[in-house]
Order: sequence, then C-alpha cells, then structure tokens
Amino acid sequence: MVAKEIRPNANGIGKLTPGADSAGEGMPGSSRSDAGVRRRELLITTAMTFVFSATSARALVVKGSLPWATNAGTPPTTVHPGPWVYFTPEEGAAIEALVDRLIPPDPQTPGGKDAGCAVFIDRQLAGSYGSAEGLYMHGPFADGTPQQGDQSPLTPAARYRQALAALDKYCRATYSAKSFVQLSDDEKDKVIVGLEKGQVQLEGTSGRTFFEYLLQNTREGFFADPVYGGNRDMVGWKMIGFPGARYDYRDWVERHNERYPLPPVGIAGRPE
Amino acid sequence: MTRKLPATDVVIVGLGWTGSILALELTGAGLNVVAIERGPWRDTATDFPPAYAQDELRYRIRHDLFLRPEQLTMTFRNNADQTALPIRSWGSFMPPNGVGGGGVHWNAETWRFLPSDFELRTHLVGRYGEKFLPEDMTIQDWGITYDDLEPHYDKFEYLCGTSGKAGNIKGRIQAGGNPFEGARSREYPTPPQKQPYGPTLFAQAAREMGYKPFPQPSGNLSQAYTNPLGVTIGPCTYCGFCEWFGCGNYSKASPQTTILPALIRRPNFEARTQCEVSKINLDKSGKRATGVTYVDTSGNEWEQPADLVLLCAFQLFNVHLLLHSGIGKPYDPRAGEGVIGRNYSYQVTSSVDAFFDDKIFNPFIASGSIGMCIDEFNGDNFDHGPHGFVGGGYMGAVQTNGRPIQTARTPQATPRWGAEWKKAVAKSYLSSYEAVTHGGCYSYRDVYLDLDPTYTDRFGRKLMRLTFDFHENELKMSTYLTDRLAEVVQKMGPRQLDKHPRRGHYDVTVYQTTHTCGGAIMGVEPKTSALNRYLQSWDVPNLFVMGATAFPQNPGYNPTDTVGALAYWAADAIVNHYLKSPGPLVQI
Repeated sequence: MVAKEIRPNANGIGKLTPGADSAGEGMPGSSRSDAGVRRRELLITTAMTFVFSATSARALVVKGSLPWATNAGTPPTTVHPGPWVYFTPEEGAAIEALVDRLIPPDPQTPGGKDAGCAVFIDRQLAGSYGSAEGLYMHGPFADGTPQQGDQSPLTPAARYRQALAALDKYCRATYSAKSFVQLSDDEKDKVIVGLEKGQVQLEGTSGRTFFEYLLQNTREGFFADPVYGGNRDMVGWKMIGFPGARYDYRDWVERHNERYPLPPVGIAGRPE
Repeated sequence: MTRKLPATDVVIVGLGWTGSILALELTGAGLNVVAIERGPWRDTATDFPPAYAQDELRYRIRHDLFLRPEQLTMTFRNNADQTALPIRSWGSFMPPNGVGGGGVHWNAETWRFLPSDFELRTHLVGRYGEKFLPEDMTIQDWGITYDDLEPHYDKFEYLCGTSGKAGNIKGRIQAGGNPFEGARSREYPTPPQKQPYGPTLFAQAAREMGYKPFPQPSGNLSQAYTNPLGVTIGPCTYCGFCEWFGCGNYSKASPQTTILPALIRRPNFEARTQCEVSKINLDKSGKRATGVTYVDTSGNEWEQPADLVLLCAFQLFNVHLLLHSGIGKPYDPRAGEGVIGRNYSYQVTSSVDAFFDDKIFNPFIASGSIGMCIDEFNGDNFDHGPHGFVGGGYMGAVQTNGRPIQTARTPQATPRWGAEWKKAVAKSYLSSYEAVTHGGCYSYRDVYLDLDPTYTDRFGRKLMRLTFDFHENELKMSTYLTDRLAEVVQKMGPRQLDKHPRRGHYDVTVYQTTHTCGGAIMGVEPKTSALNRYLQSWDVPNLFVMGATAFPQNPGYNPTDTVGALAYWAADAIVNHYLKSPGPLVQI
C-alpha cells in the first residue's frame, strides 16, 4: 500500500511539508499541523515516546501528557496588495470589472474592486484553494445530476483561466471587438445575467458554473477577514454592522433591540 | 510488508467523543488501551486559539478542521437507477477528522431523544396501525428503552456540564423546561444560557399561542463548570463561532475540554495520530477480531493485535470499515436482506426567514446552541392521524451565528448580485431573523450504503456508495413543521416572511446537517440489525461499534447526547459484563 501525504490544512495555512519533519533527524517526527521546527520542540518538551523504529514511521504517539508547546499555532499569513500573483494583467482587469458589477460602488460603501475582491480571488487562486488541494480529483469524470455536485476535472484556478479567456472571446465577438472591461455598465450586466441564466455560452466551459464560482468568491472577498486581501478597511463588515472577530459579547446578550456600538476588528487588529 | 506490534487489551479506532469515553472507562477498569486516530492531534492553543479562531473563510468556507475528500470520500446517487459519482468537495455534511472528532466543531446542541423514539415501530403501530406506515419504511425498535439509557444520558451531560432547564424530573413536569421530554433523574448541571432578542421574541409569540417554549440545551456553558474528572470548562462568551469551528475559549464541551486532559495522564492509555485503520482483522473462524491493520503517514503498514476492538470512527467510516473487513452480511436492497449498510438515515431541516423594519437582532451575538424552542411537533407528541405522515421535529429561534459569508440573507425575489442585492443585504443583516425546524428522517428499504464499483481511495480500496433521497413522508413532515413554525414567526410581526420547507431531491452539495445515521444498526435480532442492544457485533462478539451508526432511524433531535449516552451504556456493559465473561452479551 502506498499512502499519499495528506496535508491537514487545505487552505495553505500551516502546511505540513512532506518529509520535512524527519529529514536529517534520524528519528520519527510528529504529524501535527505545525512547522517542522516546532515539531522538534514538541518532541523535546513533552513526554511522548515512540514505539516505532527510528527510520520507519512518522506517526505520532501521544502518551503521558498533552502534546502542547508555546507558539505552536498556525495563524494565517497576511495578504498584501500589489501585483497579481495568479492572474495576467488582462485577467486581473476583467475580474476587477466583474466584481465591481456584482457588488457595485455606492455613496456609502465601495464596490467589489475597491473592497479588494479581485486581489482576494487572485491570492486564493494562487494558493491551495486554486489548486483544489485536498479535494477528490480522481477520475473517471462524468457529468452527474445537479444534486451530485461539481464533477469537473478542472481546478478553480484552471476554471478561471479558461472561463476568462472564453469570456473575452465572447465579448469581442458580440460587442465589436471590445473586451469585457471596455463594455458599458449596462452591457456588462447583460453579459453577467447571461452567464447566470446559462444564456451566454462560453467556449469549452460552462458559463453558469463560472458565474456561481465567481459570485461565491466575490462574496467571500467582500465579507472574509481582511487578512485575506478583501474586505479592505472592513468595508463589508461596516456596511452590515458585523463586528468581526470580536470574542466576548456577554455584556450584550440581553441588551435587546440595541445597536452594538463598537467598530469591527479583524484577526490582525483594526485599520485605524 | 505489514509489521506486527505487541498486543494490547483494547484497540480503539477513532479518538472522538465515543473513543474518548470508551478509553476513559476501559483504562479506568485497568485495561491497556491504544487509540488509533486518522487525523492530527488537535487542541485549543495550537489549532483554534482565540487570536484567530473567528475566521469564517478558513474554517467554515475552506473546511480547515475537516477530513480531506482526497484522503477519503464516498460516492453518491439519489437512487439505484443513477450512477453514483464521488463527493469531490463536502457539502451536505462535514465528516470530521482528528482528535476530538466532530466534538471539536459541533454546535453543542445537547438533546435527549423521546422515550417513544426508542420503541418507534411498536409505538406507531400500536397507535395508528401497521397500514398507516409507508410500505417501504423500515423503521424498527432499538432494543433498549429510554429508561435503560437515562443514567448514561445523565453521565454524559454531567461530563459536558450541559446548560439547560429540565422539563421533567422523575416524572414531575418543571415549569420553563420541555414538558415532552422523558423523565430526568436530576436538573441540568448548569442553568440555561442567556437569550438574545430573537429567541426572546419567539418564546413570547409561542407562549401567546399556547405552546411551551424552553431554552435549547447547550454544550456551550452558561457558567464555568468543573466536571467529575476535575476538568474545568469556561463560560461561553457568545462569539458566534461554534459549528465548523473549534472553541477558542474552552467553553464548548468537547473531548479536549472534558476528557483528554485527564485521560492522557493515565499510564495505560496511548494515542497514535495520523494513522488510518484500513481493516479490522479476523481469525480463521471469522467470528473473532484479532486487532486492526493501519497505515501511517509514511505509508508503512502496521498490525495492532488486541483482545477487544472498538470501532469509534464517524458513522460513515464505521460502515466503510465493516464492509471492507467482511464483518456482517452486506445489505441487499432487492432482497431486503443483510445488515451492513441497511437503514441509513439523515435529518430533514427547514427554515423560515423573517424581515423586520423596526428590530435589531445582532445575529453575531450567538452560541451554537442558544435559542428558544418548542417540542409540540416532535416525534409523536401530536396526533399524526389527520396528517398522513409520521415523525416530527423541534423548532425555534436558534441563534447560532451571524457570520456574513454564510448568512447575509435577503428577502425572496431579491437579485443575487448588483446594487439591489447590496442594498438588501445592508438593510437585512441586523433586522432579519431565521427560525428553523429540525426534523427526523426515517429509514427506507431503498436507502442504504454499499461499496462503489468504480471509484477508489488512495489505498485502492473501493469508496463507499451512498444511495439516498428524501421520501414523501419526510417532505410532508417538513411542509407541516415549516407551516407551524411560520405561524409563530408571523406573530413576531415581520414585514415579510419566507418559508423554506425541504423540497425536491436530496442535494449533497447544500449543507443541511452532519447527522448521518445508521448503516450498522442496533436491534433485537441479527436478521435486521448488525449490533445487539449493547452495540456489540452479532457476528464478532469482541467488536463493538459506537456512534450514530447504531441508530435504526433518526429522530427529530441532534444526535450527540444519544451518541454519548450509548457510549457510556456500552462501556458499562463491557466493564460489568463482557470482561467477566467475554462472549455474546445477548444470546440468540
């Protein structure tokens, strides 16, 4: 039997690097979701014993006390604005135009583009989400019923690449050689409605499925913690009145029908 | 090559709630126990500390704490005429992984089943006659009664410190509790959690309509509590990150916050993590388990011999391991024979969305199990005669969270994007409310688990195949429950009310609950059950199978309290009866 390494975290946070925890050590490592260095600290600081021979197993035996060490957590890595990581400049511009129609700007709240939804999607596609890490991606691939879920062999990253190229082709063919970015707002909305309703056919891929991915990822970018590159300055949270990553509302549970007074906080703190 | 390890008294497959309880009880009886867990060790400080536990994207949307489908999934189809296809990304339910199992990321709704739930077929046939039940419905009695289980419910709740208000203590109805519940031996360990605005309004409306609302029993504690093992759980802070999340505050009952700190100190206990059991081994007679084979993260295969094998994995994977190990006769839906894979069941949930102009609900001030509920329409608490269906569920205003990616709701007919959507979300987030029904799901001849002919896991083993669709009885029930719920919500005075009863085919992509049940059920005879009343395999007496795997059908409550109680019940039978005379605890 050959077992493939499965990473405990599929979202790119705290990845276990295959082989890292036994390299050069001559002893079995633990299988925690921590970095290799911390794993060695664990071995030293806790009362774990290993029943396996030195070169064979990486399985952790926990005995005697909890396997705990300081700073052994796996906080997320902050996304910073800047050049596209996954998208080409053309793809990035198209996504910015799309997210700004899905969530358009208004006088109170920025739209999807200024909220960072495109940056969010770019970084997600460049990471483990984009590569479908952890998902079951073995064939045979067959079309199923809607109730059976997405059966495509495409990763999310590949799906965006294919769909954006096909969307560009569709727009140029339909709107006298203009790209999606160059369309008027009304024309953009017409294209998006067409994708949503399955009326706009994209070459080689389903426009409707792409729309569902795009809408879900855009909402994620608008409402996820700002640490992931979207929800810039917590605009999504401020718009609805969600206080974010606060952790103690005991004093407020029974204050009925009153607006909670404190501004939102994120995992990495507050912008101001 | 498989390497053989020194024998142990007991090997436990899976270190979640049931594995932890069994390990505790059996190490307490002096046995050497090895627990083998497929996922990583998990703990508060390392995996979900309050510094970043409140991360909707990471834990809810990207499924950080759950099993990876790449490691193991199953195939699904609505009926036997379709070709099953793999569940490539989790949707309808979320299989757990790692130490603590589902106990890490549950909502902590801690309900007991009704006395009549345990004797369901006898009860319903007695009241309505055999012909009232659909012909293909395969519900049956559990082989135990509520009274058998009561001391074990009590033990699990006092382990957890459950917060609630008793409705029935030793037969006396208690004001403010659930008057329909079975008799309890004593009050809950801790008082109910505080209630936010929505549940308070719901309870007021329900009371005016003549119902008897009560606080939902909660494993997120209203106050600090030290359990009989000396482990202290902190008070819940109502942060609204419970289901899908580990509690960063040590406030949610889980193996980590109730058992493991005590268990790990015992010299006769050992856990091996990220080791996946691939098979339960049998001797030549096929009637005795010799231990298990498992694979570690390097792909090395090990054999762990043991006198007693306890299958404590998640419900679906218990059945998968039984099928792969050739234990028990696989179910054949055409003949209606065989027991492994038989009587799979699920849960039938629905909701009512209400939109108000003048109210602020602060949905983010939440706990996975606060809320005010009514139980008038659960189980057989009402006369089903006029309605043409059986079963029911609890319903209420259960304020579990206000996480915006998941819950930003808009009135029906609002566009899903654009300026109108944005405006509706901004207007509705604080001033709308979702109330829910939590209905049972009974078992049927054509709903089952077996091995898939096409798709395999990373070891080349066949995936399990799930064949399931909702039946007319359950859809009728959902419509009825949703209508009753809507009547109460209407009394709360919304501008608009949208009913969402469960309709159409079961959809494996839409989250409903992780209450998958059955497949190796307990019962009174080996022809129609895989396990006897002590959760002992009829075929292999030194194998016990824990969890909701044993439920013959699923009542209208969350399963964990009963799963915990059954684990204590089985542990009691093992320690006080089996160990004295190893062999079948029920003679056929």
